[in-house]
Amino acid sequence: MTDAGARPEGYAHRSDEAGPKPLPAPTPTSQPFWDGLAHGVVRVQQCDACGTWVHYPRHRCPVCLSDCLTWRVVDPHGTVYTFTVARRPTAPPFAGDVPQVIAVVELDVGVHVTTTLVGVDPTDVRIGMPVTAVFDHQDGEVTLLRFAPA
Amino acid sequence: MGQDGRGGLRGDAVIAGFVERKPERRFTGTPRFGLEQWADLAADALSDAGIAPDEVDGLCCGGDTGESTMFVPATIAEYCGWKLNFAERVDLGGASPVGMVWRAAAAIELGACEVVVCAATMQPRPPAPRPAPPDPRISFGASSNAWGSPQAEFDIPYGNLGQNCGYAMYAERYHDQFGWDQRSRAKIVADQRVSACANPDAVWFGHPVTVDDVLGSPMIADPLHMLEIVMPCSGGSALIVTSAERAKRLRHRGVAVTGFGEHLTHKTPTYAADLTTTPVGPAAKRAFAMAGVAPQDVDMVELYDCYSITVMLTIEDSGFCGKGEGMAFVSEHDLSYRGDFPCNTHGGQLGFGQPGLAGGMSHVIEAVRQVQGRAGDRQLARHDIAYVSGTGGIMSEQAALVLRGL
Repeated sequence: MTDAGARPEGYAHRSDEAGPKPLPAPTPTSQPFWDGLAHGVVRVQQCDACGTWVHYPRHRCPVCLSDCLTWRVVDPHGTVYTFTVARRPTAPPFAGDVPQVIAVVELDVGVHVTTTLVGVDPTDVRIGMPVTAVFDHQDGEVTLLRFAPA
Repeated sequence: MGQDGRGGLRGDAVIAGFVERKPERRFTGTPRFGLEQWADLAADALSDAGIAPDEVDGLCCGGDTGESTMFVPATIAEYCGWKLNFAERVDLGGASPVGMVWRAAAAIELGACEVVVCAATMQPRPPAPRPAPPDPRISFGASSNAWGSPQAEFDIPYGNLGQNCGYAMYAERYHDQFGWDQRSRAKIVADQRVSACANPDAVWFGHPVTVDDVLGSPMIADPLHMLEIVMPCSGGSALIVTSAERAKRLRHRGVAVTGFGEHLTHKTPTYAADLTTTPVGPAAKRAFAMAGVAPQDVDMVELYDCYSITVMLTIEDSGFCGKGEGMAFVSEHDLSYRGDFPCNTHGGQLGFGQPGLAGGMSHVIEAVRQVQGRAGDRQLARHDIAYVSGTGGIMSEQAALVLRGL
């Protein structure tokens, strides 16, 4: 159940133990994004040179490679671009979350964001469904960006 | 390109021989180190081609041997006693074997080398006396959890990792855009099983399935069912690329590499520009143009098939039918080796098994086997031109070959 490239066999062990859920560790480049979520706003970079909205956060624009990117607070609404319902955990730490609705949300500014949908029955999820941001604060650490039906 | 004088391959490099281990869900052989497996595979493939080991002057390997993560080609060269003029480590996931073949062919046409071994090892190694320390770069498989990795920060925390959910999100988007004929996806699996049942080396030899069996198997990640997903296996394979001139003196019909293409766009589907148009499109277009043939000219297609949806998208984007027409196309054609659109005549990875990178090499090797007339009960009557695709990551990196028998 994996792509061939996913198994560097014999390289080092891959833990099958559940362990804690992996959380993001902000970087100097991405810190404003995570700080925004902690304060209940969604920030996305926009390229000063070509106007492209950029997510995930980068040091340079993926369209023109300009290094002039400005953080802007954006509308936290979007639509479901695609999704799946993981009936089996995608990794052991997520074993308690199935069925888990893993989705790609298209924010109204156009960028695509990986997320999970909350507050919705998995059978009711549809591509194109309007959603809005939910700020999921993790025990004094980072805040994850989830979405719920708008 | 190529045929019209605008560069590309001339078709002066050929695949001359190969070896392929029987995939096993539970390995029954003797565990060997990756280097030992490499040497075993090379020896057997060279023997099949009829080339002496001391004539090797090039190699293409995958990401690692198990023992080494750096300086892998030099380590293999040292172990096998080769003096190489060309060495490539190809890091394209499941597309790596297709990537190896065209790189080897290009190097041979450039005159850099003359005999290139391409291999992929996937058998268990002896158990280590002490466990290796955890490595965050691989602790979640193909998604790196190292600090600063985009996957670690923006995908893994949401459970968007591994392959199943990524391909499932491709499938959801595909059906949302073009219609919900799920039986067509299942038919791909069932037709390939017909071919697997004519291949004694296939993991699913002797186990036919129906469309209803596929749709009745457990849902893993909507809309993909268990039988639409490859079975990881042990295995391994190697093939030999050499000059057409040398191939005239060898045992088997030379299989010329007449066209190739390669295209990479993203690592994680979230950041792909479009989930219904995949990178194999530009790769296929280049490969066909270089070879001077059209999709309808080929006698067989061997398409990378980690999932049913991969085959569907690859049929469309390679140009065998229009966008959104794949569901009707596979419903109207027989994809088995007996059919009017022979596709994955060894059973594909869905029927043969997926022994790591050797899974992607199985498509190349089956094409060579068919063109050389060595395919046994599943031998095609027309077997001169083959189209082969490779896919790595989650439709992230794709490569295509057109092969033609001399």
